[in-house]
Amino acid sequence: MRILVCVKRVPAVGSRINVTDDGQQVDTAHLGFTTSPHEECALEEAAQIIERLDGDDHAVVVLTLGPEASAEQLRYAASVGGSEFALVIADGGLDWDPQRTAVAITSAVRELEAGGGQFDLILFGNESADGGNFQVGIRVARALGRPIVNGIKGIDPHERGFIARRETDAGYEVYELEAPCALGVKEGINLPRYPTMKGRLASRKAQIQVLDCAADADAGGQSRIRLHRPPERASTTVQLGDSAAAAPAVVDLLDELGVL
Amino acid sequence: MSGIAVLVDHDRGVPSGGALEALTSARALAADMSADLDAVILGDGDLFDAHGADLVAICAAYGAAAVHCGRHQFLADYGPDAWGAALAEFVETAAPLAVVAAGTDRGAEAMAQLAARTNLPLVANCVNVSPKGSPADASTAPSAGGAWHVTRIQWGGSLLEDVTLTSTLPLLTIAQHSIEAEPREDGPLPAAVADFEPDLGPEVQQTLVRDRVTLAEGVTLSTAPVVVSGGRGVGSADGFAPLEELAELLGGRVGCSRAVTNNGWRSHADQVGQTGTRIAPEIYIACGISGAIQHWVGAMGSKNILAINIDPEANMVTKAGYAVIADLHEVVPAICDEIRRRRDRPS
Repeated sequence: MRILVCVKRVPAVGSRINVTDDGQQVDTAHLGFTTSPHEECALEEAAQIIERLDGDDHAVVVLTLGPEASAEQLRYAASVGGSEFALVIADGGLDWDPQRTAVAITSAVRELEAGGGQFDLILFGNESADGGNFQVGIRVARALGRPIVNGIKGIDPHERGFIARRETDAGYEVYELEAPCALGVKEGINLPRYPTMKGRLASRKAQIQVLDCAADADAGGQSRIRLHRPPERASTTVQLGDSAAAAPAVVDLLDELGVL
Repeated sequence: MSGIAVLVDHDRGVPSGGALEALTSARALAADMSADLDAVILGDGDLFDAHGADLVAICAAYGAAAVHCGRHQFLADYGPDAWGAALAEFVETAAPLAVVAAGTDRGAEAMAQLAARTNLPLVANCVNVSPKGSPADASTAPSAGGAWHVTRIQWGGSLLEDVTLTSTLPLLTIAQHSIEAEPREDGPLPAAVADFEPDLGPEVQQTLVRDRVTLAEGVTLSTAPVVVSGGRGVGSADGFAPLEELAELLGGRVGCSRAVTNNGWRSHADQVGQTGTRIAPEIYIACGISGAIQHWVGAMGSKNILAINIDPEANMVTKAGYAVIADLHEVVPAICDEIRRRRDRPS
């Protein structure tokens, strides 16, 4: 089985996100980078699916589109179950709106399939932690003519494809997709592993294939003007106490709000 | 007359809370453009027999001048391809001025399917939309000719992004909890009901809901009036017992932070935050939660926040309207005792 996992490099933000002076991006001067959380779980899921299979004719291919430094996320992927790695270097001077991004990733998938065979399953994160456009995976799957369901928190391979579970408020919905197909995964589907010593060695040796398909993509219709922080909620905190003796004041508040 | 179309996403006939917010938001947009508000509902004959009248009444109360009911056997239950294909056919025949939906799981997914099928841009999770010619804030940028100016959320709401949208048919989803759902002030409009029957191929069946499993009855995290949530400060899975008790006394639900699910103390289904559930209860009681930004964006829709924390400088405390600066392990049981004491007291 061949599974493709598409991941995105995002800043590891703290308690406040700062924007560069030109308003074009998150100020990452003092930040590290990580893999977008839903996608970290997608990779873990792919690794677990493959590990349950017999034989060694399987692959977890990891693809990312981003700056050259995104190789860091591919090397990390190598330490937690990825087996092949591809990078589409995105020109930082361009506006990578969801349509442009989807076109470039679609070309990359076609190129990877031409070289190594069709993917039985393509996994995306439900949405990226930063842009959160909720559409790139769906656009790619549609362009490839494959069914996709988003919001997936459980995957089981079956004879012809995959059973997927989507969390709802009250439980979950079950979908059954025939391979080749795609799924958008949500955090919580698993707990991603930490790299092992063996994984770290694999990471150092990982070969990264650089794909030249970013230039094919034209801009779509969404164009950034600027990023900014929402106005802070003017909050004065009313302190109800500094010990368990605050309980009556808390219950008074609950009563006042009508939830008692 | 073409109008602003709103996809009213629903679960077997019950509209989502987000759909009502989207109707509210689109009503303002339609007024801005002197256009009608049109609702689109997808289902099959049985669904419309059982819920059609209620759904139409709700849309009318929110100001819809027309309700378009897309009927097909493949629309009996939800499926992203079926909904996306039905919407694509609707926009082709009805030629609306824009299509709006809620940024819910279904709204966002169906709109992305529509965007992919029509190769049109989709601006997700909008909080402010200004149609052509009336930029919300003229100082933000050189006006792009004919483009819409839209403000959307990034990082789950920690940042806002102003964008221009250049499209023959603007597609938008509305960020959940960014607007209060409000029916039309002057009462419902006499909404015209129009049926359409999309031509759906058998391929859309591949992504229909096959089955569902119900785990929780009654109030859920996203609908509970009270959410009692715990963070790292709770210390263990067992440490949640008093929080469970408080939630039960108040008819609420227990939530938690990402630190808690990462430690395996609770299921991810209980996680409040950017990658968990976004909540909007009457009161959020945050116990031992430091308030990292990824957690805050899931909780910030709460109408009131009470933080219980030993650290007066914790983000959650400084952002909360109310705080108790003390050990949650002492405060929470004391609150439970006080509630029981008052309830036992003859009134």
